[in-house]
Amino acid sequence: MAYLVSHPDEVKVVSSRFGKGAASIETYLALDGYSSARKAIELGSDGIIAEMKASNLRGRGGAGFPTGLKWSFVPKQSAKPKYVLLNGDESEPGTCKDRLIFEHDPHSAIEGVIIAGLAIGARMGFIYLRGEYRYLLTIMERAIDEAYAHGFLGKNIFGSGIDFDIRSHTGAGAYEVGEESALMESLEGKRGIPRIRPPFPAVVGLYGGPTVINNAETLATVPHVFRIGAAEYAKIGTERNGGTRLFCLSGNVERPGVYELPMGYNLKKMIYEVGGGIAGGRALKAVVPGGASTPVLLPEEIDIGMDFDQVGKAGSMLGSGGVVVLDDRVCIVEFALRTMRFYQHESCGWCIPCREGTDWLKKTLTRFHAGGGVAKDIDNMRYLAENIMGRTLCPLGDAAAMPTIGFLKKFRKEFEDHLDGKPCAYAEQGDAALAPA
Amino acid sequence: MSAETQTLFSPGLAARFDRMVTLYPQRRSALVPMLLYAQDEMGALNDAVIAEVASRVGISELEVRNVISYYSMLHTKPRGKYHVQVCTNISCMLRGGNELFARCKEKLKIENRETTPDGLFSLEEVECIGACSWAPAVQVNYDFHENLTPESLDALLDQYRTQNGLADRGGR
Amino acid sequence: MADVTFTVDGKKLTAPAGTLLIEACRAAGIAIPQFCYYPGLALQAACRMCLVRQEKVGKLQTACTTQVAEGQVFTTESPEIAQARKATVELVLGNHPLDCPVCDAGGECELQDMTFKYGAGVSLYTEAKQHREEQQWSPVVFFDRPRCILCYRCVRVCNEGMDVAALGVQSRGVTSVIAPNMGDHLECEECGNCIDICPVGALTSGTYRYKTRPWEMNHVSTICTHCADGCKTTLGVRSANYGAEIIRGDNRDRSGINGDFLCIKGRYAFDFANRPDRLTKPLLRDKDGQLKEATWEQALDRTAGRLRELRESRGGGAIGVIGSNRTTNEENYLLQKFARTVLGTNNIDHHRTADYAAFVRALGERGRGRSASLRETASAPAVLLLGNDPTQEHPLAAWNLRTDVRLNQARLYVVNHTPIKLERQATATLRIPQDGYGNAIRFLAGDDTALPADDAGRGFRDALRAEPSLLILFGSEYRGAGVARVIEFGLGLADARFACLGDYVNSRGAADMGLLPDLLPGYLPVSKPGGLVEEYGGALPQTPGMDLIQIFDAAARGDLAALYVVGSNPVLRYGIAPETLKNTFIVVQEMFLTETAQLADVVLPAANLYEKSGTVTNTFGDQQLVNKAGDLAGTRSDFEMIVRIATKMGADAKKLVPYGRGVRADMGQSRGAQSGEADRHAVWLAANNLEPKLSPLDPFAVLDEIERLVPGYEPQAGGRAELMAGNDIHLEPPSAPAASSADAGPARRDLVLPAADTLFTSGTLGRYSEKLNSVLEAYTTAARTTGRDGLSPVAAGESAGERDRRA
Repeated sequence: MAYLVSHPDEVKVVSSRFGKGAASIETYLALDGYSSARKAIELGSDGIIAEMKASNLRGRGGAGFPTGLKWSFVPKQSAKPKYVLLNGDESEPGTCKDRLIFEHDPHSAIEGVIIAGLAIGARMGFIYLRGEYRYLLTIMERAIDEAYAHGFLGKNIFGSGIDFDIRSHTGAGAYEVGEESALMESLEGKRGIPRIRPPFPAVVGLYGGPTVINNAETLATVPHVFRIGAAEYAKIGTERNGGTRLFCLSGNVERPGVYELPMGYNLKKMIYEVGGGIAGGRALKAVVPGGASTPVLLPEEIDIGMDFDQVGKAGSMLGSGGVVVLDDRVCIVEFALRTMRFYQHESCGWCIPCREGTDWLKKTLTRFHAGGGVAKDIDNMRYLAENIMGRTLCPLGDAAAMPTIGFLKKFRKEFEDHLDGKPCAYAEQGDAALAPA
Repeated sequence: MSAETQTLFSPGLAARFDRMVTLYPQRRSALVPMLLYAQDEMGALNDAVIAEVASRVGISELEVRNVISYYSMLHTKPRGKYHVQVCTNISCMLRGGNELFARCKEKLKIENRETTPDGLFSLEEVECIGACSWAPAVQVNYDFHENLTPESLDALLDQYRTQNGLADRGGR
Repeated sequence: MADVTFTVDGKKLTAPAGTLLIEACRAAGIAIPQFCYYPGLALQAACRMCLVRQEKVGKLQTACTTQVAEGQVFTTESPEIAQARKATVELVLGNHPLDCPVCDAGGECELQDMTFKYGAGVSLYTEAKQHREEQQWSPVVFFDRPRCILCYRCVRVCNEGMDVAALGVQSRGVTSVIAPNMGDHLECEECGNCIDICPVGALTSGTYRYKTRPWEMNHVSTICTHCADGCKTTLGVRSANYGAEIIRGDNRDRSGINGDFLCIKGRYAFDFANRPDRLTKPLLRDKDGQLKEATWEQALDRTAGRLRELRESRGGGAIGVIGSNRTTNEENYLLQKFARTVLGTNNIDHHRTADYAAFVRALGERGRGRSASLRETASAPAVLLLGNDPTQEHPLAAWNLRTDVRLNQARLYVVNHTPIKLERQATATLRIPQDGYGNAIRFLAGDDTALPADDAGRGFRDALRAEPSLLILFGSEYRGAGVARVIEFGLGLADARFACLGDYVNSRGAADMGLLPDLLPGYLPVSKPGGLVEEYGGALPQTPGMDLIQIFDAAARGDLAALYVVGSNPVLRYGIAPETLKNTFIVVQEMFLTETAQLADVVLPAANLYEKSGTVTNTFGDQQLVNKAGDLAGTRSDFEMIVRIATKMGADAKKLVPYGRGVRADMGQSRGAQSGEADRHAVWLAANNLEPKLSPLDPFAVLDEIERLVPGYEPQAGGRAELMAGNDIHLEPPSAPAASSADAGPARRDLVLPAADTLFTSGTLGRYSEKLNSVLEAYTTAARTTGRDGLSPVAAGESAGERDRRA
């Protein structure tokens, strides 16, 4: 069971039903549940997409692509069946928000999938949960059964004459499957190797049919957009960044937790006020603002609004909403190594730069952290990371390279301090230990 | 292909598999969940399980093996009754994930990816399990245990050990 | 698709819209590096070597997946791109063993080439490399994991090309590995295409590994001696103290009729040539009845002397000649000419594996131009396969048919009495009784009573008959009148083309060259030799001779004075009891002491097809050049032996082989051109820009005569140049009136005995290939232990098309 926290600055939209027993359809219905799907049926495809565009909702998976626009790319006519795919393969280190949705409000995800299906003219949707989330799959399966029992799924949903089915599906441990085309491969019973694009999923996706694939939070947000109205929703956030976001605050903060805050909420405030500051009153060393793949920010770089554009301008990415806070005891080399171990472990291995590059970087960082580093390693790692960037089949290569480049660029001195077999002083004493005498 | 007449699985699971392959536009889609559920029941994806699953979804055993070896939760060798998965990824690491992992090794007297001689526990260092804001966290089989300390971890492992003892006695 | 114009490296190029950039560039002479891209196989975008810069696009793009469109602008070489490729090579070299000095691929390794080109000469990698022991996956396939760069070519050629699916990718990330279907070994068709297609030395061949370096070999393109598809195979040959040893077979340059393809036989089953028990000295039976080594002169003298004696004492009618399916057209032609003009007999035959005579007769004038080349199996929009199992018997045709279905969406219709693997590619299959092949044609022609067919059967027929164009392949299930019915049915369709499927590399050539008792070269009836009488310079026996069975019947009666066997083992094939031949003088030209050779009075050690030059004609009628690759001291080509025997019998070599100048003048008949008795051969040579050949042992002198005299082998424009360049030329069967059915009555016995070879057998010759035997043994053992069918080690499952995830 995941723990719910609260802060006055929160604007509870997606999380508005958390902790209220909405996993049960009766409660969900009592809390305005499935009203949005009914509205969507009335609006029809074009109306739904117009509403989504007006909401300024951008994809919560990490890339921040406008959701309404994505849906509009699906061709109206298609010889092959169309599909909606909910990406619940939440795996980006630092991210634990979808868990709460599946646990506390599974029907919002179901309703979001239905609305997306209505928008693109699909007759089937899939809810893909990562394999580790077995208890959530049980909750989700029960919710889907309830929706069928109420006539919200299956034949003639809501009496509209439209048929729509949803299947829940489990993964079995693979970060790469969170990549949209790899997820489709996985759902088709294959190894999670990304597909070549173009064609994009909107044209050729699952089983070769046009497919909309969205992050769980994105689709769970959709019913709320219709519930409160697109214009209202858009107003909550900043320009071109509509609504709220579930931020996962983790690491060395006093009050870690998942907080729903408006897009554009100040990062510094998030850490120091919402999160209660650095745990144990220590000093802040760095922040990874959007999950492990996003470049690190220094304390002086965090006075920014957390939306896709502002974080981008600061040289990092909003990513998946996982805000990881590092205090001054953290050894950046160790942190970089742990990050790279992850990407090396999760690389699907398909393309050379990612497969070989992450392994090489992991090996070098391992040796480096163990005191076996030599001066040329630092430039060599930078060279490797820069030669992975932009060269791979899918974004995992970039995801591994970007934070590495960030660490090497912003903490070069700390790397240099690891040379010549010196023990890692940071882990024990914090930055103060290395202050010039 | 119709339902398997001869099956390795319990009647309930076999019936579930019979149905699963019909739920998707293509039978093969049922493969990954089928493997996971088969593993839950059988303990591991041994050759016989692979052969039956291959036949159920209509692909070769090689293709099934290709898929199994891709997913980190799928395994062909049995593990402990309680598979202790310690997350040491960044958020957990920052809050003592490595210490928890070390404590597990010490307490269970096994290394990463090993199983205790009594078959009760196996240990694995895992990547992010989605418990970042409640770190550090451990998953035992499918159950999450969060905000752990070395001490609460000790208690947790003891509880599993005791539970097992009780269950075993009760079972006899 | 309409053509579009785009710019590459400042050059304007034009290609159909949607062409892959890498292909459009290749066509324009711009080579883009690649490891994973392979024409005709699914796209991977995995190696990232083909990255190019597209104007107005942020990231470098893979040329292997970029489809060209109007107005695009690309740069394929620049410092940025070179750096990207260099880095990729560095990355892949990180854990790649630098054992190039001993690696089989050293010198012909694509990774070496790329390293050289992009200068990834400094190792940035300081960690210890992960070594793994090499694994033997089958008698012919070895895997050296650290060398593998994971380009997935092998997996694709096995899945898509072969539809065997014995290779997969397992694990993930840096531990990703190519895996064989049986866990630690392969059960497959052992084609070795995975080895050929491997850009590095990760997959190596059991016959070749660690034997030599590529530059120590001569590479000779010739034709595989096994099945009747006649694949081009490039033999790697190295000097040996006994001549030249064949070390490797491959088709890495993808030239010839077979492109990328070779099966196990073409790739590995040359090893019979290197066997220590090859005959290298003639053997003569002494007075004690033992075969004893002798000199060539002794053996040829004995042969010629006895044959001459017996011809004179008992007449040509008491002499039988059995030719070969594996000798060249020139040898076959020469053999029949020798039999008919020197021995004076039409008692000549060979092991017939298909009824080509009936095929040619049935095509006749109406079917002129309807004989299909093997190449059409890869391009025909629709194919009807009647009988046969090409996967086992015609591996290249099977590969082509799969390719045709995969790349051209061709429709394949299969009619067979038993399931065959190609049905996995078939649009529809018609299952018929084993004796129902004739009825199947009646049914397809519209007779509903011919087969107990249901709706599916009628659907099959309707779909088939609706095809605007159809390639009809028929196996040796059809003979004589059956062949005629197939052709009749096909000629009634909109547009049908035909091929007759026999066995062995030159079965077709043997029939075309007249190794038949009733038919001369070009299927001219012996009763109507026409101009050949004059060309051959004397009388020809004009009544049909004894066929192969009759020859042995005559021997059993004591009526066969002599039997001359060239490259054939009829004693085993036809189960001839040794005592049948006890009163017959037997000469056998052979590589090994076969069951037939053991009964001979003279055994002449023969060169095989890899040790001689000439031409062969595959079962489709595609003629190709055979080049001498191997050499074994002590052996002679069949061609040479025939000429030597003939001359020792007193024949004029110039009558047999038109060599030297003034061929006719030497015959004492010519007064020169002015007299009106021109040297027709010389005139023909001049007209075709050919020189007279200088040696009586030059097979190309006979090729000249074949082209001049044999219907169906007439010179084609540029044909000789194509042939000599190693390309195939398709020959249309003759449709001379003489070949019409009136002259070959229905009583004619077809005597077809299908070879019934599998992928791993090849008649008597196959028994002498250790590689084939070891594979056969491996599968027989596997069959015993696992209960699997050892000869069709192919996993069931979805078709390659379905598996092709990027289709």
